[in-house]
Amino acid sequence: MGNENKPMKLAYYPGCTLKNQATNFDVSTVSSMAKLDVEVEELDRWNCCGTVHALDSDNVMNRVAPITNMIRVKEAQARTEGMASEFMTSCAMCYNTLKRANIDVRQRADALATINDLLYLDETKYEGDVEVLHLLEYLRDRVGFDNLAKKVTKPLEGLRVACYYGCLLVRPKEVAFDDVENPMVMENLIAALGATPVDFSHKTECCGAYQTVDKPEIIADRTDKIMGSAHEEQADLVVVSCPLCAFNLDYRQDDAKRLNPDFRNMPVLYFTQLMALAFGCDESALRFDLQHIDPLPALKARGLD
Amino acid sequence: MTSVAAGVTRNLSISQADGGRSKSEQRLIPISIMGKAYQVPADATIMGAIEYAGHQIVRGAGCREGYCGACATLYRLPGDYKIHTGLACMTMVEEGMTLAQIPYVPAEKSIYDIEELKPNVSAIQQMYPSVFRCVACNTCTKSCPQGLQVMDYVQAAKRGDIAAVMDLSFDCVVCGLCMLRCPAEITQPLMGIMAKRLYGRYLRKDSPELAERVKAVESGAYDAEYAKLMPMSREALSKLYYARDSE
Repeated sequence: MGNENKPMKLAYYPGCTLKNQATNFDVSTVSSMAKLDVEVEELDRWNCCGTVHALDSDNVMNRVAPITNMIRVKEAQARTEGMASEFMTSCAMCYNTLKRANIDVRQRADALATINDLLYLDETKYEGDVEVLHLLEYLRDRVGFDNLAKKVTKPLEGLRVACYYGCLLVRPKEVAFDDVENPMVMENLIAALGATPVDFSHKTECCGAYQTVDKPEIIADRTDKIMGSAHEEQADLVVVSCPLCAFNLDYRQDDAKRLNPDFRNMPVLYFTQLMALAFGCDESALRFDLQHIDPLPALKARGLD
Repeated sequence: MTSVAAGVTRNLSISQADGGRSKSEQRLIPISIMGKAYQVPADATIMGAIEYAGHQIVRGAGCREGYCGACATLYRLPGDYKIHTGLACMTMVEEGMTLAQIPYVPAEKSIYDIEELKPNVSAIQQMYPSVFRCVACNTCTKSCPQGLQVMDYVQAAKRGDIAAVMDLSFDCVVCGLCMLRCPAEITQPLMGIMAKRLYGRYLRKDSPELAERVKAVESGAYDAEYAKLMPMSREALSKLYYARDSE
C-alpha cells in the first residue's frame, strides 16, 4: 500500500458483539481504517462466527456457521473489483473461531465436502480459498506501522498503555500471528501511535471468559490480578481486542473492588479506539460513553482529551 | 367431500364447471398421502389431490391462495434424499411424491408488553432466548415454502437488527415448518412477529400528516364535501374522479 492512490478495499466481518455491546469497537475500527485509506466494506450478508462452540471436533454441523461466512466473502469478492479473497475482523473471538475453522476444513477434505453438501442453497462452494485476517495482522503486514505512524495527527505522547492479548489472539499456536508467549504486535502499534507500551506480567493470561455468566467471582479475581499487574507497571489504561475480555476487565471492576478493597479502577479500551484518537477522529468514532470506567480522566492527565 | 367441493372444482378441473373435461381424459399419477397410495390428476395442487383422494381437510386449509400458512406440507420425491416443503394450495403434485400435511406446530408464545421492550437485542434475549442457540445450519431457510432467508433473520436478531428481522421475515405466513425442522428448536416465526411489532412501535417512519388528516376528518372538515358526493351518480363520480388533481 502507501504508493497507490486507489483506496484498498477490504472485506470486513464485524461479528455480533460489535453490533451490540461493542459498537465502540466497530465504529473505531471503521473510522481509523478510513484514515489509513483502506476502504472497509462490511459483508452484506453474514452470520454469527459460531463462537468457540463451532469448533467441536465431532460435529461438522457446528462448522457450518464459520464456513458460510467464507462463502459470503467469496461472493463479495466476486462482485467487487479490487477486493482480495480475504477478510478482516477486529474481534479476537470471531478471529479465533473463523481462523481455526478455516484451518480445520483445509486439512479435512471430507468434512469440507459434507459442509458444502449441507450448504446446497449456496451456489458458491467453499474450497479453503479465503484468508482470515485479524486487524492487527493486517495493520502490521499490509499497512505497515511506519506508514500508519505517518497518519497520526495527535500523537499519544506520555500515555502508558498495557496491551492485553488474553487467549484468543495467540492460542492455539496455529492461529497466532505473533509470538505465542510474548506477542508484541499490539505494543508496536501503540508505539507507532506515539504512546508508551508497558510490559506487564499478565498480558496473555485468561480473563475467565464465559465464567462471567454464572461465576462472576472467578472473573473478579482474574480482573483484580490482571489489572493489578498493569497498575504495577504504572499503566494509564489497558487495551484489548476482545469484547468478552473488555466486558470482564472493564465491567467486572466493581466486583474486583468488592473482592479486594485495594483494587484501583483503570480504563479498558479497544486498541482501535486509541488509533481513532491518534488519527484525530471525533467522538462519534470513539464512543467512550460505552466504557464502564471513564477513560477521560486518564487521557486528560496526559493532555489527550 | 361436499363441504370442500368448491376447492376441488377450482384446483382440479375435474368438474363439469370448467369446460366439461371428463375424468377419463385426465392423466393420473401415483402419489402417496400419509403413507397410502393414490392416483391423482397430474395437474393438481397437493391440496386438490388430497381432496380428490377423498379426504376432507379440516385444519390444513384456509385461504387456498398462499397467504394464510395453514396448509404446510412436507414431501419427498423419488430418488431424492431431501425433505421438501410447500404450501399444499400452491404446490403441484409430482409423480411418486410422498407427502404429509403439518397443519399446526406447537410453540410457546412469549407474553410481553411492547411498551416495556426496546427495539434491540435485549428484547430478543428476554423474550426469545432460544434464538441464541442458532448454529447457522440454514435448515430453516431450506424449509421455508415462502423462500425467505430465515436464517439471515435469526442472525439479524442475534445482533439486535430489528429492522432487518422485520424486512427479512415480512412475508412469513407462520406455517411453522422452520421451527419444526430447526435443530436448535428456535421459534423463528414468533420471534419475527415480535420484531415486526417492535418495528411498528419504535422504528417505523413517523407520519405526522396522517394524524393531522385523521384529526381533520374527525372535526368534520370534509363532511360538506361528502354530503355533496353521496347522492351523485356513478357516471358523475367517475368523471369527477378522472378529472381530479393528482399529486
